[in-house]
Amino acid sequence: MADGNDSGNGRTTLGERLSGVGERIRASEAWESIFRPGSPFRKGYSDSPRNRSYVVMNNVLYHLHPVKVKRHGVRLSYTLCLGGLSFFLFILLTITGIFLMFYYRPAAPEAYIDIAALSTDVAFGQLVRNLHRWGAHLMVITVFLHMTRVFYHGAYKPPREFNWVVGVVLLFLTLLLSFTGYLLPWDQLALWAVTVGTNMGGYTPVFGDQVSFVLLGGIQVGGPTLLRFYVLHVLALPFIIVIFMAVHFWRVRKDGGISGPL
Amino acid sequence: MAEIPEHLLRRSAEAKAKTLGVPVEQIMAELGGESVPAAAPAAAAAAPTAPAAAPPPATPTIPEGVRTQRMLTVVKAKAIQGAKRKPTDKVNVWPHLLAIEFVALLVVMGLLIVFSVYQDAPLLELANPNEQPNPSKAPWYFLGLQELLSYFDPQVAGVLIPGLGLAGLALIPYVDRTRSIRPTDRKFAIMMFTFFVVASAILTIIGSFYRGPGFNFTFPWRDGIFFDL
Ligand code: HEM
Repeated sequence: MADGNDSGNGRTTLGERLSGVGERIRASEAWESIFRPGSPFRKGYSDSPRNRSYVVMNNVLYHLHPVKVKRHGVRLSYTLCLGGLSFFLFILLTITGIFLMFYYRPAAPEAYIDIAALSTDVAFGQLVRNLHRWGAHLMVITVFLHMTRVFYHGAYKPPREFNWVVGVVLLFLTLLLSFTGYLLPWDQLALWAVTVGTNMGGYTPVFGDQVSFVLLGGIQVGGPTLLRFYVLHVLALPFIIVIFMAVHFWRVRKDGGISGPL
Repeated sequence: MAEIPEHLLRRSAEAKAKTLGVPVEQIMAELGGESVPAAAPAAAAAAPTAPAAAPPPATPTIPEGVRTQRMLTVVKAKAIQGAKRKPTDKVNVWPHLLAIEFVALLVVMGLLIVFSVYQDAPLLELANPNEQPNPSKAPWYFLGLQELLSYFDPQVAGVLIPGLGLAGLALIPYVDRTRSIRPTDRKFAIMMFTFFVVASAILTIIGSFYRGPGFNFTFPWRDGIFFDL
């Protein structure tokens, strides 16, 4: 071996030692227990039809996809990636939202103080808050556009009727998530936008007052409403929407993958 | 019956002859006489077994509890083995789809970051239940409904229309029974859906930009924009 390398003095170079370490790590039992047989992280990736399948099969996220899809489904112009982007925005909102939760107390004046402090005292606080807010608005838009693209492709027709219904639930949950989040900064915009919005619930025939009371935790938007919306926003609604998303993605595949071509 | 291959007929006849103890030729003649001339070699092979069996009764009876096999039909191989589904043109998700998704993700992430760097999320004064700003507007995706409130009774605009709208949306696949997905076959469905989308977009735009203090009609270029995200 020694005569093969350029250093010429018969000693192993640093690069060789490092790659030796890498090989030993990859051969170790611990490494092999983490990455499934056939994973590119075990033997490295070389392009072959077999390895192309392994990439998808050996990663839990990629495995949302089948190994192969219809050729037209890959064309950007077919789905415009809108469903996938809605999902990506949801993930982004979850991550930025967890960050925001570290600095936020869901109580009547504290919430506002915390958000104001977040904008000035916390490193990247303002940026993360901006990402969370604009991402949320964008998600409402992408979900809506995704729905219209599904409609114009007639992709709700059998066998996909039920997945369309699941989608409508997802649209409704997305709106609710956005709306409950709107109250959390506890500024004038939040308070009065939510007041106007929840007033509509109060017009429910027969038990409008009860609906409004349950929604607000009182007769008008106040501290209890803030806590209520907070729990809905950070826990209850995300929990429910994740379940519906799981069903949605599962059905896309069970119903035979992407619809079409037109 | 004429399509049954000769060797199958012969095999079935031999099996029958063996259980009944009659010569193969007799069965072959019964089965479909004219197509099969007597085949001597096979008959010879079957013949030695015949005398060993009991003398043939007038009506061949099968002993109690003994099952015999006979050929009921010949299924053409094509019918069960042929692929029903037409082969579709498929491509590997990696790299074709994942690469596109990754680029789409990067583009959206990039745009969002750039936008967030230059545009801060609004934060007005502390919430004050005693001081209602004028106008007070719902979040933008409800402004179409808020706009409807200025035309209809609150029960209609605030409850009936959104409720029916959502239910109607969910029922689309069960109401639209045309199976074809070609746009030319679904003109009516497309027209209805487009009408509702455009109508709600117009209502939302009016509610967002053309409504000012007191939710009265304004022109954004004359009186300014009363709209917060
Ligand atoms: C949180 C919201 C949603 C997410 C994350 C989501 C995600 C997805 C994804 C990733 C796909 C795969 C194809 C594509 O990207 O277009 C898909 C397909 C589909 N979605 Fe959604 N979706 C959402 C909301 C909706 C809504 C609101 C509807 C309709 C009311 C809907 C109905 C459908 C249907 C019918 C399909 C199958 C389309 C086909 O086979 O071409 N989804 N969804």
